[in-house]
Amino acid sequence: MDLAQSDTNPTAQVKTKSIGQYLSSHLRQYGLLFALIAVMAFFQIVTDGTLLRAVNVTNLLLQNSYIIIMALGMLIVIVSGNIDLSVGSVMGFIGALAAVMIVNMDQSVPLTIVSCLVVGGLIGAAQGYWVAYWKIPSFIVTLAGMLVFRGLSLWLLEGQSVGPFPKEFQILATGFVPDIFPVSWGDSLANMLEIRRVKHVNMLALFTGVAAAATMVWIGLRQRAQNRLYGIDDEPKIFFIARNVIVAAALIFVMYKLSLFRGLPNVLITMGVLTIIYAFITETTTVGRRIYALGGNEKAAKLSGIKTERLTFLAFTNMGVLAAAAGLVFAARLNTATPKAGFALELDVIAAVFIGGASMSGGVGTIIGAVVGAFLMGVLNNGMSIMGIGIDYQQMIKGLVLLAAVIFDVYNKNKQG
Amino acid sequence: MALLSMQNISKTFPGVKALDQVNLDVQQGEIHAVVGENGAGKSTLMKILSGVYPHGTYEGKIQFDGVPAQFASISDSERQGIIIIHQELALVPQLSIAENIFLGNERAKSGVIDWRETNRRTEELLAKVGLSEAPSTLVDNIGVGKQQLVEIAKALSKQVKLLILDEPTAALQENDSRKLLDLMLELKAQGVTSIIISHKLNEVRYVADTVTVIRDGMTVSRLDAKAGLSEDEIVRDMVGREMTHRFPEHQRSPGKVLLDVRNWNVWHPEHTERQVIRDASFAVRAGEVVGIAGLMGSGRTELAMSIFGRSYGRNISGSVKLNDNEIDVSTVDKAINAGISYVTEDRKTLGLVLDETIRFNTTLANLEDVSSGSVLKRNEETRVAERFREALAIRTPSVFQKTMNLSGGNQQKVVLAKWLFTEPEVLILDEPTRGIDVGAKYEIYTIINDLARQGKGVVMISSEMPELLGMCDRIYVMNEGALVGELNAEDASQERIMSLIVNE
Repeated sequence: MDLAQSDTNPTAQVKTKSIGQYLSSHLRQYGLLFALIAVMAFFQIVTDGTLLRAVNVTNLLLQNSYIIIMALGMLIVIVSGNIDLSVGSVMGFIGALAAVMIVNMDQSVPLTIVSCLVVGGLIGAAQGYWVAYWKIPSFIVTLAGMLVFRGLSLWLLEGQSVGPFPKEFQILATGFVPDIFPVSWGDSLANMLEIRRVKHVNMLALFTGVAAAATMVWIGLRQRAQNRLYGIDDEPKIFFIARNVIVAAALIFVMYKLSLFRGLPNVLITMGVLTIIYAFITETTTVGRRIYALGGNEKAAKLSGIKTERLTFLAFTNMGVLAAAAGLVFAARLNTATPKAGFALELDVIAAVFIGGASMSGGVGTIIGAVVGAFLMGVLNNGMSIMGIGIDYQQMIKGLVLLAAVIFDVYNKNKQG
Repeated sequence: MALLSMQNISKTFPGVKALDQVNLDVQQGEIHAVVGENGAGKSTLMKILSGVYPHGTYEGKIQFDGVPAQFASISDSERQGIIIIHQELALVPQLSIAENIFLGNERAKSGVIDWRETNRRTEELLAKVGLSEAPSTLVDNIGVGKQQLVEIAKALSKQVKLLILDEPTAALQENDSRKLLDLMLELKAQGVTSIIISHKLNEVRYVADTVTVIRDGMTVSRLDAKAGLSEDEIVRDMVGREMTHRFPEHQRSPGKVLLDVRNWNVWHPEHTERQVIRDASFAVRAGEVVGIAGLMGSGRTELAMSIFGRSYGRNISGSVKLNDNEIDVSTVDKAINAGISYVTEDRKTLGLVLDETIRFNTTLANLEDVSSGSVLKRNEETRVAERFREALAIRTPSVFQKTMNLSGGNQQKVVLAKWLFTEPEVLILDEPTRGIDVGAKYEIYTIINDLARQGKGVVMISSEMPELLGMCDRIYVMNEGALVGELNAEDASQERIMSLIVNE
């Protein structure tokens, strides 16, 4: 075994493991990334390049936005050792509420949005209350919630579809951020690249992609330097470079594709900002740390002075707000609220979180993992639809992917233990 | 005649050689003790013997009952008559004694259980192990000591040739332990061969015919216990050095009263009519180590936990003063902020987040000090964890090691680190050395002495009377929820403590 190389830093001993060992102990993270790339490559080939066409990339993001928004909240709920089965119904209910407020009651869009988010929070709080303070299993409480809110949407909409929404509401989901750079830049770039059919390249999207990639690499490098200093066993250089190059390239590539269509979707910004916020909360704040402790060992967390009940309550309240946000985006995208909106969507959200590496027993899982898991499901859905695979096969394949991901997790864990 | 002979057993885990050419020879009809510090390799050896690590994953040869043994699984070894009873009991609490004994081995005719036969056989087995309970009693309703006997009855139901008991008395009271050990001797008289793994050397001396000492994955010695063996001899081989003192030297001069608990009353959380703590009053002075002795179930843990943020019980009344000021201990974080810490008796289920690192666990109870505006300063966290790793000699390559991979002694040190980082004035330690080896115990004692020297007050709850006698300045004796006596160190003895418990 290669245990050599001790650091000059006296407080730490850097243990540089061999690449093989590193890979085997971090197989999950790389596996997920690799799976996403492999699935994308596969569909790109079998769909004759349709998957990564500018329009479709834009669509892919729009289609999965509400899943991802909810997956952020679900990750926290699952890490805290619970589950929320009601999010699909809550999402549908909030869409219905928005439609009734705007279309039937003529309320303003901002008021509706704020009310819907508040109602979502209240719904989450109501469910969280029973779970946190009454110790009623979250599975039961949210199963009940799933039925109740499904019923409530039906009641609210009186079984009808309600729509359409005004433009200013629709842009929540279907709007694009206007290009702030001079139009001439984008035009000349399009000329320069000699892209057929595209007259204009959205410079904002392109610059955002480059900036995001650069920021990511910068943060990665800084983190790596810190890790070195403190002797955290960090990834081998070749992995670090490969991972960053691939992710940065993918980021720029996606943004480039978006720039060829209509630029940055509003939803992408919402999604991106939320993802960053939640990744930050879970990884570097005391609240995030306490949630992991709560899910990892509730009794130990409680005896360490952590207010476990309040955290559980907050996790569900937060989930409610995010489900409401997803409901608004979903309704805006469909431009109508239907009683069936969000039906069985909770399962997609939960699947995304587990594919992303979260553990059913709590305490384990990452925001980035959940987002990548959601994209993996999204690409599968989208790719199979383009190929014209029937919904029957799609369901089966998605089910097997979920099972495979979790088996892979368990296998990995056993091998290490 | 040798019933079992394990020769030159070596087992390597990635990066660690857990066993290195270990030899174990067990004679027919004897009680053979395997002793060694935690992490010495005892359980690995037993896992190889019982087939948990199947043939082919280790080197060396096993000869059992005259034939070479190559077990592929636990059921394989069980079929040959090797039954292992683990520290954590493997009974289903919601099933009856009879159902548990014949679990997986039901007395049945074509799938239909023959209850009369089951109960008859159970009664026979229970008589054999000296347990007077009805076969239909739920396992949940009998104590740990009796559960242990049910486990043994279960083993006996399977035509056992070699019975392995892994720390059988770890969770037992003194008199239950004695009963269990006597049962082992009785079984020996009936011809059952057994292996006992234990930390308690007085027990080893009491039952064992032969002792094999393992240290750092190697067989150190094989001692004949029939001729009489002193604990010091065993300890010397276990730790590889002469242990002249089991307890580090200390000289204390306690100062003024730090913690003062008055008229503390607690009722049971579910059986609300039952009073668990009755009018308990005690005090701890600065720089003093105070012990609380008592049998298991006497209310020691309940007393500590009810004071620590009302973590146990209901209808709690009484006052807690720290430095003459009444403090609010109604929630755990208030108790911590007031300056009280409580190290739980059960580090795995109550003390640590096992899936997380040493760093994560060290700072968990005091995240405020490693964050600014609720954003964690992770480098600061690393520094803190490193500081405690050095100060408490936590043996690990890095503070990013998951705590589940640490030995019991090191886990206990991480729990201590967590509480020391909250900078308490009073530390309540509940069974601080349970299940950890002699060397680590000594280190924990040293830490306790350091704390006292720094002027902190220490409350030490322990079932091991020698430990209390060796460490404490004063000892309170608890029985049935009340503090029934108080002894100064110089007046205290095991006999006096026991008589206080018994005479109440």
